[in-house]
Amino acid sequence: MDNSLIIKSVNKFRGKTQVLEDIDLSVAPGERLALLGHNGAGKSTLIKSILGLTPIHGGSISINGAAPGSAAARKDTAFLPEAVSFHPALTGREQLSLFANLSGASADVPALLERVGLADALDRRIGTYSKGMRQRLGLAQVLLGRPKVALLDEPTSGLDPISRQDLYAIIDELAEQGTAVLIASHALTEVEARTDRIAILRKGVKVADNTLAELSSEAALPTRLRITARAGEIEKLAQQVGGTRVNGASVELCCSADQKMAELRRIAALGDVVVDISMTPPRLEDLYRHFAKENRQ
Amino acid sequence: MTPRALAIAGSELRILRRNRWLFMATLIMVLFALALTFAGSAPTGSLGVDMLTVSVASMTTLSVYLAPLLALMMSFDAISGDRDRGSLSLLLSYPAGRGEILLGKFLSHLAALAFAMTVGFGTAGALAAWSGGAGADSLLALGRLIATSILLGAVFLALGYGVSSISSSSTAAAGLSAAIWLIFVVLYDLGLLGAVVMDEGGFFTQSIFPWLMVANPADAFRVWNIAASETVAVTSGMTGAASALPAWAAPLSLLLWPVIGFALARLAFGRVEP
Ligand SMILES: Nc1ncnc2c1ncn2[C@@H]1O[C@H](COP(=O)(O)OP(=O)(O)OP(=O)(O)O)[C@@H](O)[C@H]1O
Ligand SMILES: [Mg+2]
Repeated sequence: MDNSLIIKSVNKFRGKTQVLEDIDLSVAPGERLALLGHNGAGKSTLIKSILGLTPIHGGSISINGAAPGSAAARKDTAFLPEAVSFHPALTGREQLSLFANLSGASADVPALLERVGLADALDRRIGTYSKGMRQRLGLAQVLLGRPKVALLDEPTSGLDPISRQDLYAIIDELAEQGTAVLIASHALTEVEARTDRIAILRKGVKVADNTLAELSSEAALPTRLRITARAGEIEKLAQQVGGTRVNGASVELCCSADQKMAELRRIAALGDVVVDISMTPPRLEDLYRHFAKENRQ
Repeated sequence: MTPRALAIAGSELRILRRNRWLFMATLIMVLFALALTFAGSAPTGSLGVDMLTVSVASMTTLSVYLAPLLALMMSFDAISGDRDRGSLSLLLSYPAGRGEILLGKFLSHLAALAFAMTVGFGTAGALAAWSGGAGADSLLALGRLIATSILLGAVFLALGYGVSSISSSSTAAAGLSAAIWLIFVVLYDLGLLGAVVMDEGGFFTQSIFPWLMVANPADAFRVWNIAASETVAVTSGMTGAASALPAWAAPLSLLLWPVIGFALARLAFGRVEP
């Protein structure tokens, strides 16, 4: 029982439709889990179930041993809702102080706002904040009182590239202090680099849950090779290596991970005809497409 | 009264101050109270009562409409507004319970309402007393008017939270609140009046009508203020129905309604899924 968040065969219905189906998921202390899935896959619903904001119909959820929505669970969880905004009449400092009072944690509010880059806007009304600034304010309240579990629903939406970097630095910090972090996101390239494990939901069903490397070998997706021919010799190259022609000067072919070196040797042996080779191993985007595809059984 | 409820109350009160709501509500109360007091001051001499009594009678009529209106205007988006903004789910993920959240909002809104009522009726009452005299009886009537107006406001604050909880958006909540106001303050009385006319002074008018009337908090407010003060009753010319009831009926109704309303609101809020 060393996981901070344990979800066991959770089912959830909305009316007659099942929005979560037999979901098993756990996050260890200090682990960063990315939760992916198409619009309406059930990511936000799963997070709300963990928070106890919506009832589940079967299965169990434990937050550090406590039930969703219980006082102990709420004390241990931090939450960043998707597209959150706050009362426009309050200032950032006032809003964060309210959250600090509610959580019962003694907090250095100005320091927290400084941490998310809102030091200048401390005493300005939230009504004057930009979308990204509101998102940062939401992030600041996640850092209140050392949560055991942090649930972030699309935390990077509306943030500029630098702010995204800052955000992931903050997430790393949380993980280092032992918080189990669950990030629902659509930003594949970001989570590819900045999370430890990836879970993919499709129509309420968990279709993948592993590290990126394991998912890659599980999916056995081909590596793509693109070979560029010397000017005017594309016909000859295409005949020799096969594959599909692209843009008049290159051919593209796919090979599985274990054939990769053999293919490279064969192409290198062609000599001067080849002027360039680029190699693209499967990215999270390809894995995502593979796992989230409709017709997988 | 938990510290968390107080934290929410403080924050809500700050919002009311900052968006000028408190100022506007107080201003409205002062202006209407003054206008009614001095525009309706003609019959003072003929009835042999002091001017404060007349003023309280007119302000009672005013408060029946205004107290529920101001209360609903404050409370209709108390829940739906937060949900529309997406901050309700965040608020509910904090250790504060739903009862505490509702209590916090209620305390701040009630304080704002009490302030507006006290300043509005107080100012008009003081001016009336100063220009046309006042007695112990009329001062008591003024105090009663202020206290019962706050109670009446409390009822509609609670009803507003209920409406706000069951509505899908703030716009829907606003519409429903208007309907609530119309039903309690206007239509209910019209319906009773119609029934009394049809009944032509029969059993219904004698025995059921007074109780049905006092079951409505707005009417209970009116009856309490009028029945408790003979002089006010004389000036407002509404003694018949009130005298058919035991003295405790109207106060009991008006004291029970905030409790019932709050319980209903808590129930509705408990079912809200942010
Ligand atoms: N309040 C609600 N009432 C009814 N159905 C809902 C409600 N909220 C969500 N749903 C349905 O539940 C399913 C899952 O929605 P959810 O919000 O969890 O998706 P998501 O994965 O977060 O999508 P997105 O990436 O767009 O945020 C959808 O089919 C949606 O229509
Ligand atoms: Mg979502």
